[in-house]
Amino acid sequence: MHRLVVIALLMVCAVPAAAVAQVPAIALSIRDHQFVPAEVAVPTGAKVELIVRNEQAVPAEFESTSLHREKIVTAGSAVSVYVGPLDPGRYEFFDDFYPASRGFVVVR
Amino acid sequence: MLATAIIVFREVLEAALIIGIVLAASQGVARRGLWVAGGIAGGILGAAAVAAGADAIAAAVEGIGQEVFNATILLAAVGMLGWHNIWMTRHGRELTLAANRLGAAVRAGTRPLWALAAVVGLAVLREGSEVVLFLYGIAAAGGGGPVAMAIGGALGLAAGVAAGATLYLGLVRIPMRHLFAVTSWLVLLLAAGMASQAAAFLMQADLLPPLGANLWNTSFVLTDQSLVGRVLHTLIGYTAQPAGIQLVFYVATLLVIGSLMRLTGSGRTARSPRTPSPDPRLQPGE
Repeated sequence: MHRLVVIALLMVCAVPAAAVAQVPAIALSIRDHQFVPAEVAVPTGAKVELIVRNEQAVPAEFESTSLHREKIVTAGSAVSVYVGPLDPGRYEFFDDFYPASRGFVVVR
Repeated sequence: MLATAIIVFREVLEAALIIGIVLAASQGVARRGLWVAGGIAGGILGAAAVAAGADAIAAAVEGIGQEVFNATILLAAVGMLGWHNIWMTRHGRELTLAANRLGAAVRAGTRPLWALAAVVGLAVLREGSEVVLFLYGIAAAGGGGPVAMAIGGALGLAAGVAAGATLYLGLVRIPMRHLFAVTSWLVLLLAAGMASQAAAFLMQADLLPPLGANLWNTSFVLTDQSLVGRVLHTLIGYTAQPAGIQLVFYVATLLVIGSLMRLTGSGRTARSPRTPSPDPRLQPGE
């Protein structure tokens, strides 16, 4: 029983570490309250790392309802947001501190 | 100014609704105001500290510090809410009886108001840190001027507090004998919703599998960004496109806290000579 718990814990710890090592990275900037690029293409079923860089002097919050992502990006910093594997479709994201700014992860 | 007011309102709204429920749940208990005020004050101090350390938190745990931090806070609040509900089903009836004879002094010392104060503190800390970060960012960037920012922030705060106060005033119109059952349910749903939010953060951190990225999509009826959507998100954990793991956490929280309430409540009833009901499962307030 204890051994099973230890193995389970090791698996939980190992999965993200392994995932980080392999997934391709895509750069995404927030500039003047706009996402650059406004659309990010991701292959169906693939997992990618979005490196979201906030090039503004004000903080932003990268958020997406359909992707279940919500992460603060302070002014001038960058965060990693992992998305996928996903089914084909358009997944909207926005800056929760400036909700007019929109972008899409396009999976096909 | 209006944009600032809206952002501040949205963040304050969530904490204010939680405080409204906590105040209704502790209605009639002596010194609860001090506990809740202490929770708010502690939460504001914590929010400033979290905002100041935002970069350090984000960089922690190999880049998933924000997710782990949010999930930990949410799960701690779930624990406190559950503890309060379970404790109340065990002692609620005695307290109601004691209130008639001995007054509120008896209740104040025994009831775990610290658990509710902690929930308030955690809610204010989580939402407040975003407000502090947002306002500080605007101030540092020098956009819009400090007066416009202060007015916007104050308007947003006032509107959020008004929403929380409306919820509280609505709840306390419920007769005292039903209020306990209603607030128990509200606290239970609040806890389940927070557990579901925690699951989303752990999924984002890749510590949990999604178990189905989007089970269903009700955004054509109600989006998460709408005002009603946000209110329901806080109160009952509404989300238009839930992931499987969120549903698992939601239902598990309902079942675990609900069955512990039932167990402690019915055990109490069985031993109590004051409640000679033929079926303890039909007791009110369980």
